[in-house]
Amino acid sequence: MARRASRSGSEPRSVSAAEARPDPADDEEVRALRVLRRGIAMSTELRRGLPVIAAVGLFAAVGRLIVPVMVQLVLDHGVIGPQGYRPGVVLALSMAALALVLVVAAASRFALIRLVHMAESAMLGLRVRAFEHVHRLSLSTHSESRRGVLVARVTSDIEAMALFMQWGAMSWTINPILIVATLAVMFFYSWQLTLMVLALHLLLVPYLRWIQRRQIAAHAIVRNRVADTMGHTSETVSAAATIRAYGYGGAVRTRLDRAVDRQYKAQMSAFKWWALLLPVVDLVSSVALAATIVVGVTWSDELGIGAGGLVAFVFLVRLLIRPISEIGEVFDNTQSALAAWWKVLGLLDTPVDVVEPDPSVAQDLPAGPLGVQARGVAFSYRTGGRVLHGVDVVVPADADVAVVGETGSGKTTFVRLLARLADPGAGEVLIGGVDLRAVAPEARRRCIRMVPQDGFLFATTIEDNIRYGRSDATAADAAAAIDELGLRRWVDGLAAGMHTQVGQRGGRLSVGERQLVALARAQVADPGLLILDEATSAVDPETEEALAAAMAHLTVGRTTVSVAHRLSTAERADLVLVFHDGRVVEQGRHVELVEAGGVYARLHESWVGNTRRGALRG
Amino acid sequence: MSASREGIARRGYRLIMRSVRAHPWPHLVALIGALGYVAATVGTAWLLGWVTDHVIIAEEAERSAPAVAAVLVVGISVVSGISVLLRRWFLAMAELRTQRDWRRALLHRYLDLPLDFHRGRYPGELLAHVDSDTNTATMVLKPLAYALSVLVLVIVTMVALFVTHPLLALIGAVVFPALAVISRIYTRMVETPSAEVQRRVGEVSEVAHESFDGAVVVKTLGRESVEVERMRAASQRLRDERIRVGRMRAAFEPAIDALPTVGAIALLLVGAWLVGNGSATPGDLVVAATLFSLLAIPLLIVGFFLEEVPRSVVSLERVDRVLDRPVPAPTAADRWHPAEGPLDLAIDDLAVGYGSKLVLDGVSLQVRAGETVALVGATGSGKSTLLETVAGLNSRSRGSIRLSGTDLDRIDPDVLHEAVALVFQEAFLFADSVVENVDLQRGSAAGEVARSLASAAAGSFVNALPDGDATVVGERGVTLSGGQRQRVALARALVRSPRLLMLDDATSSVDSVVESEILANLRRNLDTTVLVVAHRISTIELADRVAFLSGGRIVAVGSHDELLALDDYRSLVSAYEQAAV
Repeated sequence: MARRASRSGSEPRSVSAAEARPDPADDEEVRALRVLRRGIAMSTELRRGLPVIAAVGLFAAVGRLIVPVMVQLVLDHGVIGPQGYRPGVVLALSMAALALVLVVAAASRFALIRLVHMAESAMLGLRVRAFEHVHRLSLSTHSESRRGVLVARVTSDIEAMALFMQWGAMSWTINPILIVATLAVMFFYSWQLTLMVLALHLLLVPYLRWIQRRQIAAHAIVRNRVADTMGHTSETVSAAATIRAYGYGGAVRTRLDRAVDRQYKAQMSAFKWWALLLPVVDLVSSVALAATIVVGVTWSDELGIGAGGLVAFVFLVRLLIRPISEIGEVFDNTQSALAAWWKVLGLLDTPVDVVEPDPSVAQDLPAGPLGVQARGVAFSYRTGGRVLHGVDVVVPADADVAVVGETGSGKTTFVRLLARLADPGAGEVLIGGVDLRAVAPEARRRCIRMVPQDGFLFATTIEDNIRYGRSDATAADAAAAIDELGLRRWVDGLAAGMHTQVGQRGGRLSVGERQLVALARAQVADPGLLILDEATSAVDPETEEALAAAMAHLTVGRTTVSVAHRLSTAERADLVLVFHDGRVVEQGRHVELVEAGGVYARLHESWVGNTRRGALRG
Repeated sequence: MSASREGIARRGYRLIMRSVRAHPWPHLVALIGALGYVAATVGTAWLLGWVTDHVIIAEEAERSAPAVAAVLVVGISVVSGISVLLRRWFLAMAELRTQRDWRRALLHRYLDLPLDFHRGRYPGELLAHVDSDTNTATMVLKPLAYALSVLVLVIVTMVALFVTHPLLALIGAVVFPALAVISRIYTRMVETPSAEVQRRVGEVSEVAHESFDGAVVVKTLGRESVEVERMRAASQRLRDERIRVGRMRAAFEPAIDALPTVGAIALLLVGAWLVGNGSATPGDLVVAATLFSLLAIPLLIVGFFLEEVPRSVVSLERVDRVLDRPVPAPTAADRWHPAEGPLDLAIDDLAVGYGSKLVLDGVSLQVRAGETVALVGATGSGKSTLLETVAGLNSRSRGSIRLSGTDLDRIDPDVLHEAVALVFQEAFLFADSVVENVDLQRGSAAGEVARSLASAAAGSFVNALPDGDATVVGERGVTLSGGQRQRVALARALVRSPRLLMLDDATSSVDSVVESEILANLRRNLDTTVLVVAHRISTIELADRVAFLSGGRIVAVGSHDELLALDDYRSLVSAYEQAAV
């Protein structure tokens, strides 16, 4: 059913490859009940709040029943009763009703506050849980998903649910109680008429189910489109410089317009069901009202319902329309929230590839330098081919290892496995003699530190960014790291020194400067195994050499594995691992490898040619 | 901020009028639908009064009366159904079209505003404007037509009450203004917290975006739990703010809910007395009470509407803070069509600053057509800023840049982008195919793309991808390595056959073998002016002259050999050599 509803409109022809792919997510079927059951089971806040919700509904329901009951009582006992007009009775009834109104209002206020607390806490819990899960996902899962879409799951989708909590949730609590209460009062006046009205309304059930299925499918598509818009927006904002430099704005604009337009169309098609809902509900209720009048008047004696009773009953039927159509009113809001909830639950269901070991069996790592061993390590990305084939490497503790090879030879993937950014598909990685998969996460964070290629910084000061290297690092530790790496001169040259704000992603610093901060960050951590993935590729030679001097001093008492295409690193290394097509084809010391005349020798020759020719001449 | 001094109602009115002016027809049809619904509602109330007096209580009702009543009830409901359909469909249209307008306007602004705008902002915040803020800004439109029709309903009710008995009308005259007063108090009270809520939503979005963006670093630092705490703190602030608004709502809603009920009770009290002394019929009383209770829900919806006004207004103001920023007027006063071939570049006394700090201060440089000039300087010396400024990405504090004699300001951006290509140190790839990433909608021939990929030494690895050059790379190109990304980005520049090519350390992540291949290709195939940020001797060697930057100034210009006389320069470029000794 959901399938049919999801295919709205044909794709325009001129779309780029990425957009031309059909969105497989559109075809998934959302089951409202399953979402509800799982969602509530997952949220203790919601489970605890259920009695509050019931209380809110009860108060509100009582409040709405006051007037019709009053009409009946006043008419029957105060105005057209056997004793005619009785001001005392009318006054007493009015005062009692007024008191009840005030009590209900006060109770509603109290219950509403509780409801808000409960709903907001539930949203908070879900948001944080989803956010946490995203960080638990492996690097390859991250590579496959768009930033904007992940952001949409913890913002836009949760906001859609919050919106429901503000309107829909109240309506769903009040109205069913109101319907039952109204039916109960109606039953008191005439069970026969009540059954008739009930039977007529039951006709609505299949219709509502039919609409509901379409609505939730339509809203699931809306959620996809919203995430899409956010994905494109995120890209547009992040690529601001490239877009401007290449005059790509026109194409991006078309792409954004298309995303916004697709979102609009998806939303309109979801609203179609909302628009169709109420008129039919209204019609059925009116038929019930008409039937009540005809039957009630024609057989009033047989039914034993008096004139006042019939007036009240007619009033009650009218009253029954309201909660039903109010539910219709929030039906759309509800399906939107369910679809969003489903998306968030779907995110929470995304499998975590890198599973942390059970704390009871997790192993610690010893202090000091850590040996590294790879045994038959193979790895393939889900979307690509095999990147590593049976890598066997033994790195003694305290060694200084250079990993070299052409771009795409698997060296970055290999060092990522050492930091457990992913787990090998086959074989095992031993750090300090312990299978990395059994190492406790805290031990891993303390003892193994990788500085990735991408010198991402948080939008705060240089000092804070360095302190992020270790959870208890102080400002003095950060300053010490800078001094140890010989970066004092550079820091002092900045506008605000250590307190310089680095901007979003570190964008206010140059790429090389970002890498310096990333290195200082690793320095603070003082790990037993330090992994540098081209961590100095953008630092200018002078700084890199200054750094190299400091690093050489600091690699004492620490195993270091560096991916580098500047072979000066390899020249100094205790061990060079040469990667080629996902295998370690050569390993040994620089001098031995140059003599061997293999892959490494060729790399080195070309590097020497590139970097030294001119300088030697001068 | 004179806007915030103005009452929230006026600002709400202006918001609504912006939507109405842009989409008058959907709003009008929705209003007609809403009025039809009001007519049906009033009709039903009147009908029920008639049924009470003439069918139910009547001593000698006509036999056909119940049937007539039934037909009328169903007939009215058909009218009401059609009205609801019109109202809902066209209201949704009006709301969503307005949303689409504002969303689109925002995104266009993100594209049209200068790069400076993006430097100072969080992507997460910009995302929140497009999503949450536009949603909230238009929220007030959904109940708009209905709220207007309720006004009509109130007037009709007042007239009906007055016709029945002036005394009943008096009750209405007390209740309705009381509702208005309560709403007014509420909207004033809730304005500031609502703005705060939207700000907090933006903050949550900022944290999420930054944190997911840096997922690799978060992992390598083992900072997951700290990041989770950061998100929790931001979410808690949002929750607390929402609860603050919720508490206000919890006072407002029961009051709005209770008032019509209180009115109905007063009505019954007075009405019963009127019936008692014969100046009204029980039917009148039923009509009055029905009307009053019928008003309860619509008034609640009006209450919702008024409740949305402050939230929508403050959200739109957040959106407007972006929309109100002036887009630099398109320049190109005179169309620039320089002769074919490489461009010459003249930079005179250039100063560029981010915020208060000058990154470049008094840079002057002449580059002849076809010449290759290497920029050498320590990290942070202003090389990247210089290239960005020549590419027209930065605003200048002072000084001029001329390309073949024409000032940069007078050059049509489209012409500039085709003639001048800057390859960034950080290659940004779009989540699209390799071909599209190179071509960027330029419409290059397939052969051109393949040739430029080959020149950038990207041909072989691209061909090895699952779908070759049609392979879609992940967002930011994450499925490629840093060196691969840089090569695709280089091909992007080469395919344009730029007349001024600027390379900002564009091969830093490429290994040395591949780099020498690229450099050889450039030397062989390139007929262009080149400005290149260089760290390696091989790159510097490619240059005819070298400009040495330090602290935002050009310290010296000359051949590599000449500059070796400078101690600073010598120590910088011979660092490798020294290390190798």
